[in-house]
Amino acid sequence: MIHWLTEPFQYEFMQRALLGSVIIGFTNGFLGAFIVLRRLALLADALSHSLLPGLALAAIFFGLAPIGLFFGALIATIFVGVGGQLIARSSRLKEDTAIGALFVFAFSIGVILLGYSKVRVDLSHFLFGNVLGISNSDLWISYGIGLVTMVFLAVQHRPLLLALFEPAVAATQGIRVGFLNIALMILTVLAMISSLQAVGVVLSLGLLILPSTILYLFSDSYDAMTWGGGILGAVGSILGLLLSYWVNIPSGPAIVLVLGIIFLFAYLFSPKYGVIPMRFRRRHLHEESLRRWDAKPH
Amino acid sequence: MAHQLLIKDLTVAYNRIPVVHHVSLSLPCGSRVGLLGPNGAGKSTLLKALAGLIRPETGSIEFQGHEFRGSQRAIAYLPQREAVDWDFPITVRGLVEMGRYPELGTWRKFGHHDEVKVNEALEMMHLTEFADRQISALSGGQQQRAFLARAWAQQSQIYLLDEPFTGLDRNSQEHFSEAIRLLADNHKIVLASHHELRNVPDLFDQVILLNGELVAAGPTASVFTAENIEKTYSTGIFSHSSPV
Repeated sequence: MIHWLTEPFQYEFMQRALLGSVIIGFTNGFLGAFIVLRRLALLADALSHSLLPGLALAAIFFGLAPIGLFFGALIATIFVGVGGQLIARSSRLKEDTAIGALFVFAFSIGVILLGYSKVRVDLSHFLFGNVLGISNSDLWISYGIGLVTMVFLAVQHRPLLLALFEPAVAATQGIRVGFLNIALMILTVLAMISSLQAVGVVLSLGLLILPSTILYLFSDSYDAMTWGGGILGAVGSILGLLLSYWVNIPSGPAIVLVLGIIFLFAYLFSPKYGVIPMRFRRRHLHEESLRRWDAKPH
Repeated sequence: MAHQLLIKDLTVAYNRIPVVHHVSLSLPCGSRVGLLGPNGAGKSTLLKALAGLIRPETGSIEFQGHEFRGSQRAIAYLPQREAVDWDFPITVRGLVEMGRYPELGTWRKFGHHDEVKVNEALEMMHLTEFADRQISALSGGQQQRAFLARAWAQQSQIYLLDEPFTGLDRNSQEHFSEAIRLLADNHKIVLASHHELRNVPDLFDQVILLNGELVAAGPTASVFTAENIEKTYSTGIFSHSSPV
């Protein structure tokens, strides 16, 4: 058993993949709690798809240097995010529609541009990630992003909680709700850039929202969703990595697959909010209220 | 004159259309105030303006001799039930602890003093035994009281409640009106919009009758008269509606 766990990590590329998975999984899982509670999951998905044209342009002009890819992705995503806001404000379109229109547009440009890249770029590498190919500078970028994210979220923990629960009331108490929203968006983009290497553009949403969504089905604690989400993100990434090694499947889909299976399990069987335990409990509550009703004089 | 909430010439608009016109009135500390009027009279709008959620077009709001500007911890606003995400992962205790956050800011530690305040608020609203429940696992009345407890932990002076009695059964209504009385006894101002006229004298010692503009305001005994009610529910922009 132990051999099964240790054997894969004799290889240096697996050790690096492990380091990368842990930090990327944790950062995304932790941040994901805020995205889930703020109901920004679909917006985050749109942003993840807008990474592609930025990556393509960076690949064309600077090759596959991580720092170039980083800034390319960042600029493209901010362009779509801000562009969506501008369109929503200046027309009758709502924000989700505006960003939806922009991101598919950006995505199509990205796919076409990649065809013109001089360096040979494997599209599936961007779309689905390859944590086994993570480089040292990728690792450093991931650690930097993880650090910035964790420090910001820890420091702003209280205002964020107030703003997530009741944005309007929080604003009257002097909390800069607009600033926090923008900060969350930027952190989301950063987290997605870091998860690009692990799970790719298409699957990055899974690594972001699945861990905290699972915890949300188990617990009523905000701390459990954030810290638990981080830990589950890291653990799920490691399990996915091992799975990909054992059965020889791509690592990105393996990571999201593991989290997806846990999600389904939580949805069905979570003692507190799983559909099956809830079905049984509801009947019990109903009986109890009937009993009380009978006991009351009327 | 200092121990009062003073509203001078307040006009509030939604999308540039005035909803509440030139309201001036004063409310003494330690009073339970019912804000009455037909649908669309501007009750919620007035509450939101007082809470600082909408910026008034004209006029000023003063409390204890100081003008309100921007954010205010002294004011606690309880939104209508539908405006709250009851599935939010937070317990009753967690909700009440939130009341301490504005004072603690970003850096200060949640200390013993805060703990004491939170326990006091829970006890006062008879929620101690429910403290560890998630907020959706409470009855309607308990949920309302949980928000009052948070406001108490925040040391608010003015409680703005939007239709707090809607959907409460009679038992919870009694508990809740008791809670409001307790707040008033502690020199707080409780201002609640309300649409059921029958129980007004039991619940409130002051009333504000509103119909786009102020019809009358003052002690329930002298202001809550058939004549004023008739005027509130049958004049102005809603001249077609009949009194309830």
